[in-house]
Amino acid sequence: MPADRHYDVVIVGSGAGGGQAAYTLTMAGAKVLMIEAGRHFDPATTPMFQINGHAPLRGAPTPDKQLGFYDGTAGGGWTIPGEPYVNDSADPRRQFMWWRSRMLGGRTNHWGRIALRFGPYDFKPYSRDGLGVDWPVSYAEVAPYYDKVEMLIGVFGAAEGIENSPDSPPGVLLPPPPLRAGERLVAQRGKKLGLTVAPIHRAVLSVRQDADTLPAKLHPQNPKAQRILAESMRQRAACFWATDCHRGCSIKANYQSTTVHLPPALATGNLEIVTDAMVREVTLNAAGQATGVLYIDKKTGEERRAQGRVVVLAAGSQESVRILFNSKSALFPQGLANSSGMLWRYIMDTPQSSFHGQVPLLEELPRHSEDGAGIHAYVPWGFYREQRTGQLDFPRGYHIQFVTGRQLPSVTTGSGLEWLTAGSYGRQFKEDQRRYYGSLVGFSSVGEMVPNEDCYSELDPGVKDKWGIPVLRFHWQWSEHEVRQAAHAQKISAELISALGGKSPKAPETDGRKVLTRGGEIIHEVGGARMGADPKKSVTNAWGQAWEVKNLFLVDGATFASNADKNPTLTILALAWRTSDYILEQMSKGEI
Amino acid sequence: MERREAIKWMLSATAAVAFLDRAAWAEGARPPVKGAAGYGNDPDMLKNYQPGDFWPLVLTEPQRQLVAALCELIIPADATSPSAAALGVPEFINEWVSAPYPGHDQDRVLIVGGLEWLEAEAQRRFGNGFTSLVWGQKSQICDDICYLPKAAPPFHQAAEFFRRFRNLTAGGFYTTAEGMKDIGYVGNVPLASFDGPPPEALAKLGLT
Repeated sequence: MPADRHYDVVIVGSGAGGGQAAYTLTMAGAKVLMIEAGRHFDPATTPMFQINGHAPLRGAPTPDKQLGFYDGTAGGGWTIPGEPYVNDSADPRRQFMWWRSRMLGGRTNHWGRIALRFGPYDFKPYSRDGLGVDWPVSYAEVAPYYDKVEMLIGVFGAAEGIENSPDSPPGVLLPPPPLRAGERLVAQRGKKLGLTVAPIHRAVLSVRQDADTLPAKLHPQNPKAQRILAESMRQRAACFWATDCHRGCSIKANYQSTTVHLPPALATGNLEIVTDAMVREVTLNAAGQATGVLYIDKKTGEERRAQGRVVVLAAGSQESVRILFNSKSALFPQGLANSSGMLWRYIMDTPQSSFHGQVPLLEELPRHSEDGAGIHAYVPWGFYREQRTGQLDFPRGYHIQFVTGRQLPSVTTGSGLEWLTAGSYGRQFKEDQRRYYGSLVGFSSVGEMVPNEDCYSELDPGVKDKWGIPVLRFHWQWSEHEVRQAAHAQKISAELISALGGKSPKAPETDGRKVLTRGGEIIHEVGGARMGADPKKSVTNAWGQAWEVKNLFLVDGATFASNADKNPTLTILALAWRTSDYILEQMSKGEI
Repeated sequence: MERREAIKWMLSATAAVAFLDRAAWAEGARPPVKGAAGYGNDPDMLKNYQPGDFWPLVLTEPQRQLVAALCELIIPADATSPSAAALGVPEFINEWVSAPYPGHDQDRVLIVGGLEWLEAEAQRRFGNGFTSLVWGQKSQICDDICYLPKAAPPFHQAAEFFRRFRNLTAGGFYTTAEGMKDIGYVGNVPLASFDGPPPEALAKLGLT
């Protein structure tokens, strides 16, 4: 990258938000520089069929690979050597665990690929129950972008007519795979409890994309973009129904930025990528407009600058917040674009709790591959009526994910079954394992958190990372809303186990505090620079444009005003595309 | 789900030995090799690894023989598959207790202490080393420690050891190709289409 080169747009981060922004902007002809803190990554190096027996420690999680040896993350985790952060409290329940990825494509290389749309209620939560805030956009405004993103990345799923879980228009989703035996059993037995089991939406190609018609729908009047996208789609294979998506996918059957966004963006000739570059701050001119970014070249330790007409932050919600903090100046003494004082506030994660049991009916089913493509089904939140009529003691919902059947054995396979085997060993132990393997069913509630005042970050006054950049200090606490929601999920999950004719090693927990995940553990952290309709109460407008710096945009989860019980990535993608269209329009009008 | 399990596993490695009398159990546990490092946060994932590839293995020869004998007892050969000892599980357990990661040092204390207890108990009951006992003698000891909730108070610590050792043996065994086949896992092969469960499975569940 020539040091004096002036780009149309400088993007910080290469994951979901950065990848989508780079794709949309370069396809429209903008000259883009993407800056990634981690190393280059080639998806062809993904371990696909390696079994845990071939990994150190049988693939068990370690501080080096915190989600297991074959997790698709390189150089990242909840802790990274030389890149500390601080928690204000010594109490683990008041601490925030901050997952970072340090590789091209960021967390999209390992994410769970669950791709549910936020629904109409999710964009206007305050209007429904008086808690949190409304987004400055509605579902109707975002829906066309959900359509486009789903067509681009490829999402399987079905139209089910579920309240607040919008259907996609015909022709947008790919066909969902059949449900597994256990998933069908939960569907049948759940009905008696008033629970619906629906096919989940996942960003996986159940069949190949239609490269002949989709490009024209996504890029009307842009033949070059159509040609490039068609070629990119033809490079992607359909899922072969084996291997864990968390590893990534060398055949490009699932969505990751490195297989879906970056190849066509590079093919336009309009994208340059700099890796191993740690951005410290956004640079400004005397008028307070962004001029680019200042970053550390990690290989040499030298400071470098990149210049652009527009700066887009997509570093991961809290990393983007940190960059804004570290960009404080005489013009912006509280942090860049933070006159509202809303920067740092209202960090959210997904509250989750788990409960499992053993189901005799599922023992020793005829052998067949149940790998599939992650989970194929889920239980959407269905208690809106009860909530409206005051029958529940918490305000927001959760969906239930569950795992059944014979999954790829891991280091924990065969562990913790004493409650079923009475401590068998020897030949009996082998018999017991054959009997019980595949008959365990685990339910996890994936909930919505109500944003609260206790979850925020600030710059630590003393601690710096190995490049001398000040680090974040986190504050965290779930509220009673999430605690009660988790207790409810425990009760419902236990009822499901009973309805399956199963039993559990322990009773469902009535104190949600004891089963809730820790803040950041589910890696759905969003917020910290929320968007809003009022510049006094938000950091950006509805397009992720900083109220005070009109050529500065945020396209990662930082702008989220709420965090519905839908995994955030699809919404990050849709909003990033929407913001990118707005940037193009504003640039062509000469507004920025 | 997987994330939760990962964390629980890491925590259980540290919590399991919280109540142990560490002084009494730590005697035979060699300290980890000074400066031993892990595999780092960006390892080559395409290689096949063997115990000892990244950090030195710390168990002594007599300890290794005890580990192999116990692996053999917990997962013996049968008509379906070889024993855990024949599939490299003792080496995996050695790798596990030698690893330079948090929690593994406590597992080393628990397991080395347990092995010493096992040897002393064999001598006390039968006047012979554990590896020299016949199966009936070995099982007489193991029956007292194989199930923590039913173990008599003097055996609690040994039962904690046995539970951990059995979990590791199972994890080591069922992650091998032979172990996966034994347990009925037939996935990890590419399929042209995913057809869902076969009719026999649905029939068994009453879902036809």
